[in-house]
Amino acid sequence: MTMEEWFKQVTKRFYTDDDQPKEPDFKCPRCGETTPAKELREGLWVCSHCGYHSRMTARDRIELTCDHDSFTEHDAGMSTLNPIDFPDYEDKIKDLQEKTGLTEAVITGECTIHGEKCVIGVMDSHFMMASMGSVVGEKITRAFEFAEENKLPIVLFTASGGARMQEGLVSLMQMAKTSGAAARFSQSGGLYITVLTDPTTGGVTASFASLGDIIIAEPKVLVGFAGRRVIEGTIKQRLPEDFQSAEFLLENGFVDMIVERKNMRRTIAHLIRLHRSGEVR
Amino acid sequence: MDEKTIIAPYDRLKIIRNKDRPTIRDYLPLIFTDFYELHGDRFHGDDKAILGGIGRLEGIPVTIIAEVKGRDVYENKEVNFAMPHPEGYRKALRLAHQAEKFHRPVICFIDTPGAYCGVGAEKRGQGEAIARSLYEFMTLRTPVISVVLGEGGSGGALALGVCDELAMLENAVYSVISPRGFASILWKDANREEEACNIMKITAEDAVSLGVAEQIIPEPEGGAHNDPETTAENISEFLSKSLKDKMTKSIDELLKSRYNKFRKIGEFSE
Repeated sequence: MTMEEWFKQVTKRFYTDDDQPKEPDFKCPRCGETTPAKELREGLWVCSHCGYHSRMTARDRIELTCDHDSFTEHDAGMSTLNPIDFPDYEDKIKDLQEKTGLTEAVITGECTIHGEKCVIGVMDSHFMMASMGSVVGEKITRAFEFAEENKLPIVLFTASGGARMQEGLVSLMQMAKTSGAAARFSQSGGLYITVLTDPTTGGVTASFASLGDIIIAEPKVLVGFAGRRVIEGTIKQRLPEDFQSAEFLLENGFVDMIVERKNMRRTIAHLIRLHRSGEVR
Repeated sequence: MDEKTIIAPYDRLKIIRNKDRPTIRDYLPLIFTDFYELHGDRFHGDDKAILGGIGRLEGIPVTIIAEVKGRDVYENKEVNFAMPHPEGYRKALRLAHQAEKFHRPVICFIDTPGAYCGVGAEKRGQGEAIARSLYEFMTLRTPVISVVLGEGGSGGALALGVCDELAMLENAVYSVISPRGFASILWKDANREEEACNIMKITAEDAVSLGVAEQIIPEPEGGAHNDPETTAENISEFLSKSLKDKMTKSIDELLKSRYNKFRKIGEFSE
């Protein structure tokens, strides 16, 4: 299949005639220009004016990334409890589960990408800003463990506002848990590819998102540790527009490459293949 | 300790913010001998918010890594209010690997409001530096013991908290974010700090019940500042007991239980 054919096939999956574009037009947070919802979807949620790679749902991402019908979900029913008895937390979770159709902020499973078998995890910022609590920590950890047991590469699409405040210290510990799982997986010789998507911040940046063997970022996405407003408050000045962008990270040496969404599948598959051949003894 | 009345979380915050609360600089000569400070991360610079060095604990050579609070405004300016930059965590890792090479246990002291949030910190990869610490400490092939002296703030604290045994001083707190930050994020009102303290579960007892800490080190009545010598003795007692225990175990056994400690934290249904 040529690139164009594949592109057509993928966009077709997202757009059918009876699909009424009810969603509002997209106003780009980077350049401020407006793109009609239908056009945005056809363009894989990339701003047609400035190329900002906007946020996608985890389901759309899986559809776009995995070979057709190849995805099998793991731990689909895992739902968080209330480890620090935070007031109304259960209700908030239930409410979000109904609204988003997700049980938590990450979907994990196995799939093939251009025929390459791998473990995949996709975070979804529509669920509590994809903050990391017990479930995100556990699912990511299990994904690493599954990849290790089955000698598969793992690809994680990260997005997160950071630690889940409502789970207090328990959420903080998920940083150590997931980083520990990444460390063990790495020691077993497995390949871990991170794809940083908009926005990856806080405790997720300060744990597994920064630990990939290869770290890819989508164009113009926000990646950082501290929030922009927190830093502006500390230094009492406005920060430049591109601060904490994918491009800023590339320049400072924290990502390997910036890859456009339309080339992501192919790039990941190629990288997986490159790690399989040419074993040195 | 049993006869003492239970101190509310917000009051503990006041105790650890007392300007006379001892810092690692006070404890260091009371707990260790033959201490030599070692500087720099060998990449960028020397972050004074994290102190590192080698010394002896009851005759046993150990590596010491500690977040440093200042005792007055001048010291605090120098140590950036104990908020490390990436080079601080990278210095810590350098010394941890050195300890591993020479089979020395590592003793970490946590006392920070959090990792520094600033332009340089972002440019030099604060997120990566913390992530790398978590990753490396989890697999470091030598015993690691950590003590929270006062404030255990967020990822900046956890970076020195991946260990075989964690103890907290009785009035120390450990939290995902400062109570002020918590109130400001969840209620858009930083002044609801006391309320945040009451629901965040930040005390030493909370940390033990959540499986995060193993031991609570008693402080003298009213807080460590009332008697730094006794507090130092209590810390020494914990450290030497813990160290002897860890040094009898095989490193593989230690690594397994270090991993499992964090592996099992989390509450969910399936």
